Amino acid sequence: MLLIELENISKWFGERQVFENINLKLESPASLAIIGPNGCGKTTLLKIICGLIRPSRGKVRIKLDGQEVGKEAKRAFCSIVAPDLELYEELTALENLEFFTVLRDFKSSRAELNQKLEQVGLKDRGHEPVGSYSSGMKQRLKYAVALSVSPQVLILDEPSSNLDEEGIFLMEKLIENQKKDRLVILATNALKETQYAQQIFRLGN
Amino acid sequence: MPNRFSDWVTKIITVFKKEIKSEFRTRYAFNSLVMFAVVTLTVLSLAVGQFALTDSVKSALLWVVLFFSSMSGLAQVFIKEEERKTASILKLSALPYHIFLGKFFFNLILLFILEIITVPLFLILFEVRVQTWDLFLAVLFLGSVGLASTTTIIAAIVSKTDLKGTLLTILSFPLLLPVLGISIQGTKVAVTGAPFYSGFAEVKFLFSYIVVMLTASLLLFETVWME
Amino acid sequence: MWKILLFLLMSYVIVSAYLNPAPQQSLGEISRIFYFHVPVAWVSVLAFLVSMFNAVRYLKTRDWHYDIKSSSAAQIGLLFAFLATVSGSIWASVSWGSYWNWDPRQVSIFILLLIYGAYFALRSAIMENEKKATLSAVYSILSFIAVPFLIFVIPRVFESLHPATSVVDENLKIQMSPKVSLIFFPALIGFTILFFWIWNLQVKIFALKLKKGG
Repeated sequence: MLLIELENISKWFGERQVFENINLKLESPASLAIIGPNGCGKTTLLKIICGLIRPSRGKVRIKLDGQEVGKEAKRAFCSIVAPDLELYEELTALENLEFFTVLRDFKSSRAELNQKLEQVGLKDRGHEPVGSYSSGMKQRLKYAVALSVSPQVLILDEPSSNLDEEGIFLMEKLIENQKKDRLVILATNALKETQYAQQIFRLGN
Repeated sequence: MPNRFSDWVTKIITVFKKEIKSEFRTRYAFNSLVMFAVVTLTVLSLAVGQFALTDSVKSALLWVVLFFSSMSGLAQVFIKEEERKTASILKLSALPYHIFLGKFFFNLILLFILEIITVPLFLILFEVRVQTWDLFLAVLFLGSVGLASTTTIIAAIVSKTDLKGTLLTILSFPLLLPVLGISIQGTKVAVTGAPFYSGFAEVKFLFSYIVVMLTASLLLFETVWME
Repeated sequence: MWKILLFLLMSYVIVSAYLNPAPQQSLGEISRIFYFHVPVAWVSVLAFLVSMFNAVRYLKTRDWHYDIKSSSAAQIGLLFAFLATVSGSIWASVSWGSYWNWDPRQVSIFILLLIYGAYFALRSAIMENEKKATLSAVYSILSFIAVPFLIFVIPRVFESLHPATSVVDENLKIQMSPKVSLIFFPALIGFTILFFWIWNLQVKIFALKLKKGG
C-alpha cells in the first residue's frame, strides 16, 4: 500500500507565489483530479509531487507500507504524461519503450513491448521514428511508456490532449485499470475529465 | 548489494547506446564537430603552414584545434535534451550518475572519432614527425578524457541557461587550462623524441586531474541536473 | 569603533609607505607599490575563497542569503583582481620594461579574472534566481577544484617560455627587513578588514533590494 503526503507545500517563482501551504494525503487505491483556472499552478504541483520541481517550502513524502521511501527510490514510483514532456523523436516507438523500461529495471521482451504498443493502438507503427508521428499518436505513446513500468503513481497533465475518440476510449480504460489498485493524479480543465477521479482538489482562489 | 555494479554498467551502457543511436540518426553534434576541426585546420595551415614552426608551437596548435572543436559539439548531449524537452522523463527514469557517465562516455567516443580524423591530418599538414608514439598516444588519450570530463559537467550547467552553447567556451576554458597546458607540453616532449619516462610527470598529472574532476562532477551533477 | 581603528590603520599604512625608504632599493621608488599591490592581490584571492565557501553553504541550506554572500564576495573579488592586474602591470612596466609579459604570477591573476568573468557571464545568462544561485554555486566549486592544478601547471608551462628568472620570484623571497614588515603586515590586515567591511555592506544592500522586490 502506498501513501503520498504533501506537507505545507509552497512555491514561489521569484516574487510571485504560485500556491501556499498545500496539504494533501492520498492512499492507494485512489484517484485525484486537480482543477483550477489557468496559471494556478496545476502543472507545477504535479511536477512537485513526482520530484521534477523542488518546492520552495514543505515536503513530499512517499510511504510504502508505512515506511518512508528514500530520495533515490522515490523517482521510481511515478510516471508522468504531460504535454510539455516529450519522448525521443529520432528513436522509434519501440526503442523509446525499450530505453525507458531498461532504465527503470523492467526487462521486457520484444513481444511484451509490442503488446504494450497494442494497448494504445500503435502496434503497426512501432518501427517508425516518433518524429513522424502525429501529436495524437505521440500522446498515445507517452501513455504506453508511462505504463510500461507499472508505476505506483500515474500522473497525468491534461490527460486527453490531442487524443481522438478512440484514443480517449483507450485512455479511459487504462486509467480505470490503474486506479483499481494504485494511484492516479490528474490535472485538467475539462469538466468531463474530472469524472475519472473519485476526489477533487481545487487549486487557487 | 552484489548486483549494484552490473546494474550500473547496464544503465550506463543503455544511456550511452541511446546517445549513439540518436547521434547516428541526427548527426546533431558530429557534423559540426568535424567540420569545425577541418575548417580550423585549413585556416591554420593556410595562415602559418609555410613557416617553419617549432615543435612547441605545433603541439600548441594541435590542442587549440582539439579544444575549439570540442567546444563546438560536446555540449549537445545536454542541450538537445533541454531543447527537445526530453530531459524531464529521463530525470524520472534514471539515476543522475548513470546519465552523467553515459553521456560522458558518449562525448569521449565522439572526441576519439574526431581525433582519428583530425590528428593524422594535422600531422601531415604541419609535417610533424612524432618520435615517441606511446607517449604521444598516452597524452592524447588522457588529454581527451580530461577534456571530455570537464566539458560534460559544464555542458550540463550550460544547457540550463538561456545562452547555451556560447557559454561553454567561456566557462570551460579556465578549468581546462591545466589539461591544455600539460597536454601541450607532453605532446612536445613526444614529438621531440624524448623517451616515455621523461613525459611520465605529465601522464601522472593528467591522470590525477581526471580522477578529481570526475569525482567532483559525479558529486555535483545531481544538483545541476535536477535544477 | 573598529571603523576608527581601520581608518587609523590605513592612514598609518599609506603615510608610512611614502615616508619610509622604498622597500627594495634596487627597484627604486616604484617598489613602494608593493605595500598596496600585494594586499590587493591577496584580497582578490581571499574573496574567491569566501565566495566558494558560501557557495557550498548555499547548496547545503538552499538559503538565498548565502547566494548573496557568495556573489557579493565574487563581485568585490573581481574588482580587486582588476586592481591587482592594473597595479601589477604598472609595476611590471617600470621594473621589466613592459606592461605585460606572461610572467607566472601575471598569468595566475589573469586566470582568476577569467574565472570571475565566467562566473558573472553565467549568472547573467540565467533569469530565475534559484537556478542562478545553484548553477553559479556549482561553477564556483568546480573552478575552485581546478585551482590547485593551475598552481602546479602555470610555473611549469610559462617557465619554459620565459627561461630567465623573473623578478617577482625573487621578490617574494626577499628577506623582509623589520621596517618593511611593520608596514606590509598592517597593510595586509587593513585591506582584509576593508574587504569584509565592503562585503558586509554589499550583502546588506542586495538583501534589501531583494526584499523590496527588485
